Amino acid sequence: MPEPLLDVRSLDAFYGDFQALFGASLKVVAGEVVAVIGANGAGKSTLLKCVAGVITSRRGAILFDGEPIGEAPAHAVVARGIALVPEGRRLFSSLSVEENLLIGGQLGRPGPWSLSRIYELFPALWERRRAPSSLLSGGEQQMVAIGRALMSNPKLLLCDEISLGLAPIVVRDLYSRLPSILAEGSSLVIVEQDIMQALKAANRVYCLQEGRIALTGSAATLTREAISAAYFGA
Amino acid sequence: MEWVNIIIQGVLIGGLYAMFAAGLALIFGVMRLVNIAHGDLIVLAAYIALMTTETLGLNPLLAIIVVVPIMAAIGYGLQRVLLNRTLGEDVLPPLLVTFGLSVIIQNALLELFSADSRRLRAGSIEVASLPLMEGVWIGVLPLLQFVVAVAVIGGLQFLFYRTAFGRAFRATSDDQTVAQLMGLDNRHVFALAMALSLAVIAVAGVFIAVRTNFDPAIGPARLIFGFEAVIIGGLGSMWGTLAGGIILGVSQAIGAQINPGWQLLAGHLAFLVILALRPEGLFPKVKG
Repeated sequence: MPEPLLDVRSLDAFYGDFQALFGASLKVVAGEVVAVIGANGAGKSTLLKCVAGVITSRRGAILFDGEPIGEAPAHAVVARGIALVPEGRRLFSSLSVEENLLIGGQLGRPGPWSLSRIYELFPALWERRRAPSSLLSGGEQQMVAIGRALMSNPKLLLCDEISLGLAPIVVRDLYSRLPSILAEGSSLVIVEQDIMQALKAANRVYCLQEGRIALTGSAATLTREAISAAYFGA
Repeated sequence: MEWVNIIIQGVLIGGLYAMFAAGLALIFGVMRLVNIAHGDLIVLAAYIALMTTETLGLNPLLAIIVVVPIMAAIGYGLQRVLLNRTLGEDVLPPLLVTFGLSVIIQNALLELFSADSRRLRAGSIEVASLPLMEGVWIGVLPLLQFVVAVAVIGGLQFLFYRTAFGRAFRATSDDQTVAQLMGLDNRHVFALAMALSLAVIAVAGVFIAVRTNFDPAIGPARLIFGFEAVIIGGLGSMWGTLAGGIILGVSQAIGAQINPGWQLLAGHLAFLVILALRPEGLFPKVKG
């Protein structure tokens, strides 16, 4: 296995006294799509928040490009090239669509993504670029959230439940853009409740159960039975 | 004619109140911090203007160029060193800390400059006036103060809604956590907002120093005027705070005309009426 882009090493995470992750380990190699699946409350979002620096952890628990970033706050992590599409989209409601995208690119990290490239990826946003982000449909909001994250030209894009609350046809449409994002050189970690969607999109899968990695393997070879066992702890 | 004069005076003083209010609204908008020391910081700016003119021999109005950067630097430092530590889920710590700051500033000024009332002399511009129409004269200095206030408010409006700087302020105001995911360091954004707030009240402080007598104890009343103008105007736009300042100024002028003792009362009454009828202010923030 080549040197991983992201190397999470037995990560523990806490909300106050409550421990959400117990020694979770995960690797992402450049160019890969890694899916993290698991039931509600298994720690999927917590894992992404730790990687993105929203929750800080032990310095050596997260390595990115070989450098320890566990202690780095979110604004420093994004400067290194990790962007998070947060769960529930969380657009800036008093900013227009275009302003949301611009603020995603405010660090000025060089790379393939620019306003015009985002509008190429999501043509629907071009017509709505002046609209307040709160007036968009759920699918359009998710496009803005993904575009906003891409504007920082990340080496690693973390997507937290991009299918949440969206119609299946909209979800398929969003997932159909992922190959274009990969083709520009970003690697992906997707957190999903929708297991079939996750297995289709990913090279490798990690299954979290109550804060621990219960199963890992290539998306093509994992059996339904194994996933089901890891999911429900049967 | 007399009433025209009174209304004009009220409008012109309203510009000053709008500057008090803009500084308050800005930091409340960006970081939900209610700065109880706001009025005392205005007075501090007036004293810095006094020291600047006395030591450098500058014209008081030119002192603005010195006082604004000094106050901005104080604002940045104050936020980074002290106020950022008070921000969190609980709204009480920033209130208590800025209240304490207010007491400290008042007493420090008292210690340094005594309780004597001071005033800056700006020379002949102080008494210059322009004829507006038959029987109505308008003072050059009050007019200048108003024009500067409108320019400051317009500048803030532009900065907030048309620049990357303002975009960062609005994004941080919307969602602090996600703003950090965009690479914005909250601590720095907040400090910039406080620097901007104090730069605005530095301008107001210099005009207070030139137009009125001031002493270390006048801060809390300026804070109240600022609050009232913010609430009358609403938090929707900087122009709302200008409208709020003008309404407050005109109410006070009318009250003073009816009975000299009613100046402040009339302002408070106008504020209470608006609070009762339109608690969100005249130009409320549109909720998305």
